[in-house]
Amino acid sequence: MTSATPALSPLPETSVSSSALAEISQETLALTRRLFVQLIRRPSTLVAGVLQPLIWLVLFGALFAKAPAGLLPGGGSYGRFLGAGVIVFTAFSAALNAGLPVMFDREFGFLNRLLVAPLRSRSSIVLASVLYITSLSLVQSLAIVGTAGVLGYGWPGATGLALVVITLLLLVFAVTALSLGLAFLLPGHIELIAVIFVANLPLLFASTALAPISFMPTWLGWLAALNPLTFAIEPIRSAYAGDLVLSRIATDVVLEAPYGSLTTANCLAILTALAVGLFLLIRPLLDRKLS
Amino acid sequence: MIELHNLSKRYGSGGRSDAVLALDGVSLTVPSGCLYGLLGPNGAGKTTALRILCTLLAPDAGQVRVAGVDALDDPRGARRLLGYVAQEVAIDKILSGRELLALQGDLHHLPRQERNARIEELIGLLEMEAWIDRRCGTYSGGMRRRLDLATGLLHRPRVLVLDEPTVGLDIESRATIWRVLQQLRDQGTTVLLSSHYLEEVDALADRLAILEAGRVIAEGTPADLKGALGGDRVTLRIREFSDEQEAVRVRSLLQACQGVRQVVINRAQGYSLNLVVDGDAVIERLRHQLADADLPVFALAQSRASLDDVYLQATGRTLQDAELAVAGQRDAKAERKQAMR
Ligand SMILES: Nc1ncnc2c1ncn2[C@@H]1O[C@H](COP(=O)(O)OP(=O)(O)O)[C@@H](O)[C@H]1O
Ligand SMILES: [Mg+2]
Repeated sequence: MTSATPALSPLPETSVSSSALAEISQETLALTRRLFVQLIRRPSTLVAGVLQPLIWLVLFGALFAKAPAGLLPGGGSYGRFLGAGVIVFTAFSAALNAGLPVMFDREFGFLNRLLVAPLRSRSSIVLASVLYITSLSLVQSLAIVGTAGVLGYGWPGATGLALVVITLLLLVFAVTALSLGLAFLLPGHIELIAVIFVANLPLLFASTALAPISFMPTWLGWLAALNPLTFAIEPIRSAYAGDLVLSRIATDVVLEAPYGSLTTANCLAILTALAVGLFLLIRPLLDRKLS
Repeated sequence: MIELHNLSKRYGSGGRSDAVLALDGVSLTVPSGCLYGLLGPNGAGKTTALRILCTLLAPDAGQVRVAGVDALDDPRGARRLLGYVAQEVAIDKILSGRELLALQGDLHHLPRQERNARIEELIGLLEMEAWIDRRCGTYSGGMRRRLDLATGLLHRPRVLVLDEPTVGLDIESRATIWRVLQQLRDQGTTVLLSSHYLEEVDALADRLAILEAGRVIAEGTPADLKGALGGDRVTLRIREFSDEQEAVRVRSLLQACQGVRQVVINRAQGYSLNLVVDGDAVIERLRHQLADADLPVFALAQSRASLDDVYLQATGRTLQDAELAVAGQRDAKAERKQAMR
């Protein structure tokens, strides 16, 4: 090597400082890459994340295979009805785990290693988690979309697929914010896993994933109509119901809730508000923990 | 290059009984290009001081400057100048050593080519070729320490801070780390390392401070500190293994002797006695006194002052005794919880 600086001598003071954006993207990408390398070398989370919804899809679909025709509003098969619920549940479960890697880094001290580095913005740590979990949950959900199509549970079409992706993104952002907040709030991974475990199934059952509101007793109908999962499930279900006409997303009712009728546009607005609200809510917490 | 001024830090809330005053007004100045040792027993506050210096912990009071940068006002500015090798830091078991270095390089915003060249350079310097592409989970303590040192050096920091870098290491890793630290100093880097090994600080450091219970109790070059003590050091053993009772009895006998400056019982070494005396004549007188009292002399050794004597003089106990006194008392788990973000 012809380098003028000997191996160990400190750098002269004239170090070039590149732009903030370049630095933030360099650190964020490096942190995101680490999460993906972990995933690829320890793929059990990925496999379980796809396998579980597949089992739901096949078993639940089969469970009601001989249900009387016309049982469900809209008249489709149960498998078709279930598809939207399972897709949303897949994204939801994946995003709910967003906080786990952060929690492990807190607990085992890897976060301290990151924090001695002169990060341009410590939000990079959070941003990397969001990028990672968003892509992961989208990949998993799209795998389910594909499988559901192959199983004959329908296909949303191109515009429909775009709506599916947008809806899932909004839900994933909201749930990721929640999970990251919990990861900094709770004392350890045992507690975080407990919360994830306890939250998972009740949220699924108290939504319209498995049955329409009209099947439920009043109290459960109310819960389902307030459950964020429902606001993601119904737009996706409508996208599966027939060719999506963009001009009608603000007029066609997709959810008959006890408190009124909601359109796809209403549902998406609620999810957006939820995602933004949760990020604003956890921001002070993250600032405090990372400062 | 490094200035710590009047640092105080208390763990736990002030009123509670388990509150610990870890630093009690610590001031230190490390000159530029110096290899500086921070010596003290377990629990003295070394890690706390270094964590504050490296902006990982906020002090309750005091100031920190690194190369003129106020680390409390401009932590990012300080972090750029500093390389920090923590006492115990998590490693990502799934990444290889090289991948970890690349990650750290990106966190320091090194351009890709420079980053990779630098990683190669450090792999060679710290003799890591054989295992750097294996996963970190398989590394021994010595390998991890060398990797940690490499991550601390990636961005060519002007100041390198190491917290007990050689604790529990194999001889080869320790030798490698010592060699690299000396090279670093020779090429202009300021190095601050903490240690509870007297020999390590004695062998490596240009200057040192002794930290005891959150206070600096001595500061200077090893030679100055030892020279300032004066007198002759004597280690006396009545028998190979004595007991406390006898040691106390002998101590009072010796203390009554003229020309004996200080007598300390060294519990860790079979209750031998360490004393400081004024000249050989005093030693002769001691032998007579002991014989008169019907006490045998198993061994009596004279030595030049060591850093241990410096510590002894300042605290009244040996460093080894201080280590023993805290052994098993600290709750590592609780401290980790407390330090968690
Ligand atoms: N996170 C912590 N929470 C509570 N007490 C702590 C914590 N870290 C250190 N201490 C206490 O502060 C004192 C100084 O500790 P430390 O700085 O780790 O010393 P050293 O590194 O010299 O062994 C000790 O009494 C220790 O028990
Ligand atoms: Mg320590």
